[in-house]
Order: sequence, then C-alpha cells, then structure tokens
Amino acid sequence: MQFFIEVLVGGLLSGVMYALVALGFVLIYKASGVFNFAQGAMVFFAALTFVGFQEVLPGWLGMAADSSIVFWLAFLLAFLAMIVLGVATERIVLRPLVNQPHITLFMATIGLTYVIEGIAQMTWGATVRGLDLGIVDEPIAWLMDNYEIGISKFDLFAAGVAASLVALLALLFQYTKVGRALRAVADDHQAALSIGIPLQTIWRVVWAVAGFVALVAGMIWGARNGVQFALTFTALKALPVLILGGFTSVPGAIVGGLIIGASEKLAEVYVGPFVGGGIEGWFPYMLALAFLLVRPEGLFGEKHIDRV
Amino acid sequence: MKFKQTVLLGAAMAGLLASSAASAAEEQFIGLPSYRVGPYAAGGVGIFGGWIDYMQLINERDGGVNGVKLTWEECETEYNNARGVECYERLKKKGSTGNTVFQPVSTGITYSVLEKVAQDKIPMVTIGYGRTDAADGRVFPWVFPMITTYWSQASAIVNYMGQKEGGMDKLKGKKIGLLYHDSAYGKESHAIMDKLAAKHGFEVIKIAVAHPGNEQQSQWLQIRQAKPDYVVLWGWGVMNPTAIKAAAKTGYPREKLIGVWWSGAEEDTIPAGTAAKGFVAAGFNVAGASYPVVADIKKHVYGKDKGNMEDKSRIGSVYYNRGVVHGIITVEGIRKAQEKFGKGKSLTGEQMRWGLENLNLDDARLKALGATGFMPPLKITCADHEGPGKVKFQQWDGTQWKVITDWVDSDRPLVRGMIEESAAAYAKEKGIKPRDCSKES
Repeated sequence: MQFFIEVLVGGLLSGVMYALVALGFVLIYKASGVFNFAQGAMVFFAALTFVGFQEVLPGWLGMAADSSIVFWLAFLLAFLAMIVLGVATERIVLRPLVNQPHITLFMATIGLTYVIEGIAQMTWGATVRGLDLGIVDEPIAWLMDNYEIGISKFDLFAAGVAASLVALLALLFQYTKVGRALRAVADDHQAALSIGIPLQTIWRVVWAVAGFVALVAGMIWGARNGVQFALTFTALKALPVLILGGFTSVPGAIVGGLIIGASEKLAEVYVGPFVGGGIEGWFPYMLALAFLLVRPEGLFGEKHIDRV
Repeated sequence: MKFKQTVLLGAAMAGLLASSAASAAEEQFIGLPSYRVGPYAAGGVGIFGGWIDYMQLINERDGGVNGVKLTWEECETEYNNARGVECYERLKKKGSTGNTVFQPVSTGITYSVLEKVAQDKIPMVTIGYGRTDAADGRVFPWVFPMITTYWSQASAIVNYMGQKEGGMDKLKGKKIGLLYHDSAYGKESHAIMDKLAAKHGFEVIKIAVAHPGNEQQSQWLQIRQAKPDYVVLWGWGVMNPTAIKAAAKTGYPREKLIGVWWSGAEEDTIPAGTAAKGFVAAGFNVAGASYPVVADIKKHVYGKDKGNMEDKSRIGSVYYNRGVVHGIITVEGIRKAQEKFGKGKSLTGEQMRWGLENLNLDDARLKALGATGFMPPLKITCADHEGPGKVKFQQWDGTQWKVITDWVDSDRPLVRGMIEESAAAYAKEKGIKPRDCSKES
C-alpha cells in the first residue's frame, strides 16, 4: 500500500511540473485563441537566457557566481528578454495576422518555434548547463524514516511554486483591469476592439506573462534535468494536460496535470511490466483521447456552441 | 606577333591548368555530416570540433598526410535521418576523388545509407554506434564499426561488474537492472544481456524509459523495489542526467550505476550536479587534455588561432576527445592506404577502404601519435571490422572524469559468435555471398 501511495503522490507532484508548462499555453490560448506551438521553445529560451546571464554577469559585475544579486539580476534580465520576445512576436508575427483563421496563427507559431530555438542556441551556445536553485532533490527524511515513503523536497517546492503562480494568475484575471480586458479579448476580439480594448497591448501583456511562466517552468525543469535543448520537449507533456483540463482554464491546467501525472505513473508501474514498459510516453495521450470522446472541451474548458 | 601572343597565352593557360590539377591531386576531401544545432548539438559541437581540430593539426604541424592536405566540408544533419542522407549525397562527389570516408555519427543515418555506401564504393566508419553485426567484414565490406560495438560494450560492463565482485562466478544470483532508452538503440542491449545472464547466472531486470526520458520517477520506484546490485544506464541525451538525479533521489549508490559511452560525458554529469559524484561510465576514449595529442592541438592549432571550438574549456572533454579519435582513424586510414597506393597521392573511396581494412594502431603507433591510453590499440582485418572491443571505465569525481580501470575486455568468443550469426542471417536475407578473406590482399 505504501508503494502505491508513493507512486501516486510522486505522480501528482510530477503532474504539477507538467501543469507549469501547460499554464503558458492556457494564457495565450485564452487571450488570442492561438495554440502556441512555440511554448516549449520559450521554456528553453527562457531557461537558457537565465543561465547564460548567470554565467556572464559575475565577469561583468566582478561578483561571485553564487551571489544572490547575480541570481536575481539574471532572473530580471531573462524576464526582460521574454518581454522583448513577446513584444517582437506580437509586432512581427501576430499583428500582420489579425483576423486570419486560427490555423494560420498556429502555423506561424510553428515557424516561431524554430526561430526561437535557433536564436537561443546561437546566442548562448549548445552546451548543456546545470542549474542550482539551492533546493536539494532528495526525499524528506522524516517521511522516509517513519513511513518509507520517498517524497522529494524539490517536488514539493515545485508544487508550491505552481500553486503560487495559479493564485497570482487567478488574481490577475479576476481582479485587475488588465485581467478583465484579457477575458474580454478571449471572448471576442471584434467585440473587445469595439469597446476600445487595445488588442495589441493585451497580446503583448499576455505574451509577456506567458514568457514569465515559461521562465519559471524552465528554471524548475532546468534545475531538475539540466538546461538543454530537451526542455523544448516539456511541451509534449503539457499537451494531454491541456486536452484534459481544457485549453482556457488555469485551474484546469493544474487539475489536468495532477490527473495525467498520477495516471501515467500508476500505469507505468502497474500496467507497464505486462506490455514491455515505457508506456509513459503514450499513455497520457491515450487517456486524453478517450477523454476527448466524452468531453471535448476538457474538464474546465468553455463549451463552444455554434448557432447554425 | 598575334600568333606569338596566342601561343604564349595557350602555354600560360596550360600551365595554370596543370598546376591546379597538381594542387587538386594533393588534397584529400572528407565530408562531415555534423550536427551543431538541434536537440543533440551539445554532443555534436564537441565531436566535430575535436575531429576538425585533429585534421587541422595534421595540416598545420605535418603539412598534411605525406604532403596531401586534408580538406573538409560540414553538412548540417541536425541528427535527422533524411538530412543525413541528403548530406551523404551532397558530399559524395566533392573533392578531386569524391568523399574519402563517410562517418555519420548517428545510428539512424548509418542504417539509411548502409546499402548506398556499397554501391558508391565509399567506406563508412561507425565508431561506437551503428549496426553491430557489420563488424563481420565478410558480409559488410564497406562498413567499419570500429574499436567496439554495443554488444562488446555490454559484455565489458558485465566483466567490470565481475571484477568489482571479485570474479565472474560471484555474479551468480545477482540482479542487474537495465535502464534503457525505449528505442532501437536501447533495445540493442537486450540480446547480449540475456546471453550474458544465462552464462553467468544473474538476473536482468529490463526497465524501459520512453523518449526523451525527462521524467523517470516510476522507473526508479521500480528499481528501488527490485533492489538490483547494479544498474546499467543505456541512455541518451536528457535521459542521462535525469537518471543520475533520480538515482540520488531514491538513494541508489551512484558507483553502482554504470553508464554506457553515450551516457558518460560531461554533458550528462554537469547538469546532474552533486548527484553525479561517483557515477561510473564506460568509454572507448577517455577524457583529459594532458594527452600529447591534445597538447599538440593546443600548441599547433589553437596557438595559431585556427581551432574549431568556440568554448575552449571543452577541449579534452569526453565528446571532444571522441572527435579526436574520429580524426586519428580517418588520418591513419589515409596514411595506410597511401602506403599501398602511393604516398603523396589523393585516394579514392575504394583505396581508403583498403587502408581501413589493414589499419593497425599498435602500442608503438599510438605512442607516436601521442595517444597512448587515449584509445585502445586497434587492428582491423578483412573479417573483423571492429577491433579490440575494449573500454575503460571512468568515474565522475564531482568536477571531472577520472579513469579507474585499464582497458577492460569483452567476452570476445560470445560477442563474435553473435555477430557472425546475425551477419549470416542478413547475408541470407539479402542474398549476399560472404567474402573469402583468405583471398583478400
């Protein structure tokens, strides 16, 4: 039983990591109806920019590499880079495509993916870097000693960060003027424009916020597996989460993440050995597909009804 | 007067053409299907950097191979099979005699051009990757999976475990976990590990990791439950640091986690941070910048600001040195072929194939190259395109790799038997009549 609990809890915590990436997708989809294929590349770009600045700042400022000033300055500069990226994306990619079919915008984000990946590696190089956030990825001793359950401190930290981000984003959407404008744009671009909501500004804001989420997700995934190109693959883990939770729901991303995380781990441990293992890669997609048949809009997604 | 001018002009043109033909004859072209961008760029930059630096060393220090200057051109594959084939086609006719040798540094591309190289008569060298049974040169005359193959490596890893336990008989009743990348590359380990398990009486617990392997919690919970005595990490890319970190998280001793050569580079340990301390990996080349061959590259290539590596701190890393090994084998193959077909002459692919098939890098030659201990002595024959099948084991001390063994042998009779069996099946399927090596010269 305790092994089952360990698998379940571990899966839930992994799911939170997936939800962190899924949040970025949700933000952009909510505001523009665009499925941003480049979100994984943004996670990679953000994390690489952060560690890149961490490497060069000590030389520029004459400070120790482990100084907290270097850390926060690198964070700030990486966030600024994400804002610049967001603004440039709006100006160069999205603005010329306003009122174009969603599939056109989606295709544009596919192109954007390759541009972002190229810029990231061209600017900072292809070297794999480590990232130390100062939180050790080891089990909590008390749980291990008393119940033989290994729950990682790092996973709990990631869960805390995800919960804080969700709370922050919920506050932003519900209680700020920008948030209300975001929701209006998400509902109907034309209607929002007609009442004077500046669509372009809203898009810039939302891409910048998605950039911030990508930075946080990139730092957490980077601290776990290293900052390397494979960070772009984190998007693959977020897709079934989005299908399950709904493309337009911030809480849905979290709940979807938890369901996907827990089910894929339980499936791998209890079903995997009977089918040769390695089912984690496709099981979440199968689950999402089955879910689509029952509830196409996801758990918390908005039901779309067309008058015909 | 006009006639005299025409004659002089004609003579000058003829001289120019003759001199350009002569200079072209003094060059040997090597096409490099590199990957410096994309998911595997981190490894590609090191491997191709080391390889180019070695060829540059030969040009700068020695004036080429017996006066024949080495030339090369990179073609970006991004580790993609289709692009690899495109690069093969683009490069094969470059240079005065075409591409001398094709080294794809990708198992996928190797399989994609396996039959093309035989048709085009361009030898293909696959060092530490590719098709294992191609080591049977009687069936695969154009393919050279040199130094060691995946099967030899698996066998050497088990021999290393036997050494650690105090004898191969001590492996009886042990459990060995095999954490493998769920791909053709990862599954290449299954047949040999099953054979070795049957021979030595240990149990193999195979645990698959889905690509890309950036999440391994469930696999390591299974490992914790099974409590294996050793775990072989047959990984690639992000799967490696993730496995090392997960091992630390589950309390699995890193010195019992044995990586293959695609799991044992700085790119695998540095991202894992302190968790990687104690991790052991096999390698057909070792890390380190103190070897004379690397020191010479620093002196003659970087000293003249002609080095290929932007990040000079990577000189001497595992991947960089692997690139130097690729360079050594390329150059020594050319040198050997020139002994037969004429020193100072550029070679065709067919002539290069002979050079590779008669390559003998013994201790004396490795010493002359400044590569003693850097790579194992290597002797290729008509039947055996693999060579020694040996690896060294290195351990990560938290900041760098330390060599902890001498060259460890594989179970040659067992591995060679499997290779011949598999190659014979391939020959039968394709209707190939194996060469009679006693008739080769």
